[in-house]
Amino acid sequence: MQTKRTIFGNKGLPYLLLAPQLAITAVFFLWPAGQAVHQSFLREDAFGLSTTFVGLRNYRALMDNSEYLNALQVTVVFSIATVVLSLGLALILALAVDRMLRSAAAYTTLLIWPYAVAPAVAGILWWFIFNPSIGILPFVLEQTLGRDWNHNLSGQDAMILVVIAAVWKQISYNFLFFLAGLQSIPASLREAAAIDGAGPVKRFWTITLPLLSPTTFFLLVVNVVYTLFDTFAIIDATTGGGPAQATNILVYKVYDDGFVGLNLGSSAAQSVILMLIVMMLTFIQFRYVERKVTY
Amino acid sequence: MVENQRGLDIFAHVVLLLGVATVAFPVYIAFVASTHTSTAFVSGTIPLLPSTHAPASYGDVLAGGVAAQMSVPISLMLFNSMVMALLIAAGKIVISVLSAFAIVYFRFPFRVLGFWIIFITLMLPVEVRIVPTFAVIADLGLLNSYAGLTVPLMASATATFLFRQVFLTIPDELTEAARIDGAGPMKFFRDILLPLSQTNIAALFVILFIYGWNQYLWPLLITTDSGYYTIVAGIKRMADVVESEPLWNYIMAVTVLAMLPPVAVVIFMQRLFVKGLVDSEK
Repeated sequence: MQTKRTIFGNKGLPYLLLAPQLAITAVFFLWPAGQAVHQSFLREDAFGLSTTFVGLRNYRALMDNSEYLNALQVTVVFSIATVVLSLGLALILALAVDRMLRSAAAYTTLLIWPYAVAPAVAGILWWFIFNPSIGILPFVLEQTLGRDWNHNLSGQDAMILVVIAAVWKQISYNFLFFLAGLQSIPASLREAAAIDGAGPVKRFWTITLPLLSPTTFFLLVVNVVYTLFDTFAIIDATTGGGPAQATNILVYKVYDDGFVGLNLGSSAAQSVILMLIVMMLTFIQFRYVERKVTY
Repeated sequence: MVENQRGLDIFAHVVLLLGVATVAFPVYIAFVASTHTSTAFVSGTIPLLPSTHAPASYGDVLAGGVAAQMSVPISLMLFNSMVMALLIAAGKIVISVLSAFAIVYFRFPFRVLGFWIIFITLMLPVEVRIVPTFAVIADLGLLNSYAGLTVPLMASATATFLFRQVFLTIPDELTEAARIDGAGPMKFFRDILLPLSQTNIAALFVILFIYGWNQYLWPLLITTDSGYYTIVAGIKRMADVVESEPLWNYIMAVTVLAMLPPVAVVIFMQRLFVKGLVDSEK
């Protein structure tokens, strides 16, 4: 691991400096994570009076549990829809701003502020707009398409609602990174291609998009993590996983089974599976960062 | 620009204006709703133009006691959110700067192990291990306290990595010169490292303030005493009861208040915000 040529020789001081960070990590991260792993091998009776060691049974039960498999499927649909839409829209906006000379800064300011809006608040905003009885969009849908919107009854409507809220919140982040990526592409490359007769569309596919691929890959990982975990608040503030489990994503189910259903063994097993997924994603992200550094 | 294409420029402007409008739309609707009286919603649709009721709506929610579900004054929630956001941001920075200093400027047994333990915190979002973490807080008697709201969120791998990056770019000659002049490690840290990382600290502070302000699940779980409610978690508590008695104008006023501070930070400190965001993701 990288360090300095000139260092200080104190023996005890570095431990003292690290102590606060390590103490918090141990008490609030490692210990609970260990508890989750431990808990996932146990089964508690309904009154919490006795626990028995059941090995991998909690995990095996999940694989046969139709609700869990449903949550898995819901998560995949939700993640793909959110990631594709937020990346696509952000890229279009970033490409447009990249063309601007004088107005670029103003547009940027007007596009990035939703980053500061809490996911829960974003959820509430769209929940209000889509409110079946007084919301503005259900009214418009009814008048123009004759479509009867009700996310309290229709699973499809509920999914659309949470995807829109999640995308709205994430566009600003993706936009900023895409714009930074676009601005780091040397203008000379595009000019050379233009002189060779490549039009804007061709330049986008053959020059801009390939050179943007490190940014896109990085954003892909970050966005998957976002849809898996940070969207908890959006779900909780809008649909609460319903109707009929239609928006019950994995991270919400951990909470729902643990705190509401009090099925601790199963909830812990789900926690462990999610932790493994995050570790994998973090690992991929860091492998990529290392590559970018040596590149 | 490579070539002048009037049509493409106009198209880009149209796309951007549409984007800006879509992004602003929900907030506009919320703001408009907050300027009406609660009777305006009985007719069946949301009004699209602001009314004159805004001072009353905001005054009422800030003072509290409008209805049963809004007995807690929003001004108190805003204060709690502010305390939480500032404590988390400051705590994270202090803890991370110290540990990055230890990792970069000292060589000691278990250094790499310490680094990895910090790295692990990056992998375990609080939502994932929420049940056991809640149990720890309950056992420690930290429910309904500022310590319980903030301390568990203070460990930060990203901030530690960021400061490690910053320190690695600081030339060794500075350290040598400081040592020749007889400066000990803490003096070097205070008089050289901290001033040199000022901008990074400020940029990170902006990001962490937003992070702290927007915390949702954690405050929702560990505060049952209304004196410790934060605004982002508080909205949900109000909206839950809403089906029986929709006080939309008040709920939307609270929503607008909840996003005002962090959005203001992004708009007015945009340079620091962008730097912080890009830095902390490296």
